[in-house]
Amino acid sequence: MTATAIRPGRVENDGEVKPQRTKPVLTRRERKGLRLARALVWPALAAAIIITQIPFLVTIYYSFQQWNLLRPGDQKFVWFDNYVTVLTNGAFVSSLRATVVIVGASVLISLVFGMVLALLLDRKFMGQGLARTLLITPFLMMPAAASLIWKWSMLDSNVGMVNWALGLIGIDPVAWNTDVPILTIIMVLTWQYTPFMMLILLAGLQSQPQDVLEAASVDGAGPIRTFFSMTLPHMRQYMELSILLGTILLLQVFDPIAIMTRGTGGTKTLSYLLYERAFVGLEIGEAAAYGVLTVLLTIIVAMVALRSLFKIFKTEGTR
Amino acid sequence: MASTMLLTTGRSTTRRTKPMRKRAGSAALTFITWVLTVGMFFPIAWMVFTAFKTEKAAATNPPTFITQLTLENFEAVFDRGFLVYLTNSFTASVVSTLIVMVLAIPAAYGLSVRPLIRSTDALFFFISTKFMPLAAIVIPIYLLLQNMGLLDNISALSILYVGMNLPLAIWMMRSFLSEVPGEIIEAAQVDGASFWTELVRIVMPIVAPGMAAAALICFIFAWNEYFLANLLTSTVARTTPPFLGSFVSGRGQFLAVLSAAATLAVLPVVIAGWIAQKRLVRGLAMGAIK
Repeated sequence: MTATAIRPGRVENDGEVKPQRTKPVLTRRERKGLRLARALVWPALAAAIIITQIPFLVTIYYSFQQWNLLRPGDQKFVWFDNYVTVLTNGAFVSSLRATVVIVGASVLISLVFGMVLALLLDRKFMGQGLARTLLITPFLMMPAAASLIWKWSMLDSNVGMVNWALGLIGIDPVAWNTDVPILTIIMVLTWQYTPFMMLILLAGLQSQPQDVLEAASVDGAGPIRTFFSMTLPHMRQYMELSILLGTILLLQVFDPIAIMTRGTGGTKTLSYLLYERAFVGLEIGEAAAYGVLTVLLTIIVAMVALRSLFKIFKTEGTR
Repeated sequence: MASTMLLTTGRSTTRRTKPMRKRAGSAALTFITWVLTVGMFFPIAWMVFTAFKTEKAAATNPPTFITQLTLENFEAVFDRGFLVYLTNSFTASVVSTLIVMVLAIPAAYGLSVRPLIRSTDALFFFISTKFMPLAAIVIPIYLLLQNMGLLDNISALSILYVGMNLPLAIWMMRSFLSEVPGEIIEAAQVDGASFWTELVRIVMPIVAPGMAAAALICFIFAWNEYFLANLLTSTVARTTPPFLGSFVSGRGQFLAVLSAAATLAVLPVVIAGWIAQKRLVRGLAMGAIK
């Protein structure tokens, strides 16, 4: 699905004509240019391969090993044993569920809130600039700091502000971190990622051609119709992008879980489970198998989610 | 939402005759916007306020809104060696961002202004590395660094941040570079400008704001990174996020000191983000759409 975002054909759809850059027979000048382009990309490519790809290949290799750091002499090649272990014990399935629930809910809720805030900000009012500045701040917060502040200052069952506010309207205090850990994590993630979604969607709203919107309003289209038949289709690629980037960033999420719940109460995402197996249990082979499966699932989930989501949008946009 | 659109469409047309109903609706929307804004910002404002309270005032229920303010929490944070952690964070963020930009600018240039035949493939590869959860590559890296005696080493951490941020930087830089008008570059080439002249004298000044935004994103992600820093550093190279994380098992009264530490930790990135907010969005949004 990353491919769809960068496919050159997409640009042509927007009416922009790309100059023909590759000709069947290259002149000497062009060949020189091509060599130069390759030389320019190489260093970055090499760095990416060395830092991220080779370790992943090693992780794949480790995943076929029986290897616990506490018994270093016991290391041996066991083919798919780790995968069998990982897939048959319940931890994997439940952490897969936790990952899907936490990432899915956080992405969707912050997309909706982000859209609402973007629409509210995309109009002239007093203090517009200040409101936007304040609204983006949660995204800039260091996640470790945000998690701690939420855990101790906002959601603590004794001195937390949220319980105090709930108390004002007569609701009994809630032990957020222990009673509703999944909700707690989703709340904090939504708070952090709503501004991110809002920023991208706001850029989309502001890139709408004003004259077309005016023409629609002159032709007597109401605001609701204008929104559904013009703004929403225009926003499709911005929403796709928000979901894509949000999913990529959130699938990696580790800090709030490590800091707030330590994986208890159904918040043990794949990242956290792997961390626990490798660095607490010291089971290198098993943890590596989790890592490989996490990568596979990340790619599959992201692809399936995006594909099906955008089909819905496409049919709605052309209706 | 409905009246938002109304207002948007009416933005540049008639502004003289605003019906009463419309004006009341607008005021209501402004009010809602501000309520949501204050709600979203409240935890941060409360954190800053708590940082200036005494521990006793910070840990009361109901909360204290009016109290004597003090700087003793900030002193306490620095007494715990906070400056070392800040310096480490700064080093790792700046060094990694510099390396990322040095690698990403030529690469993005090669991918946009002088595209390879299969540039889409190369770009796809770069972005796909961003799909890789850090957790999936950290075990070999941990063992390698352990064998090389490079655990708790800020240079090692910086290099890993290069891998983490490179795809994003290439993605953003490519989108900014593709906005540079092709005629300018062609004119330079016709005039016989060498490649480096072309890049440094002509292209880079045009994309300087975009470069700043890309660099800032890399800086933010490196500054805020917790997972790798927590695993790969301990005392010498400890960065700010894992230090903050150590508050998690806080005993006794620590809320005010924690708030002070958190405030200082988020300050550089928050201020930088505030200054560059417009470019930040464009950089992220354009990357995929253009």
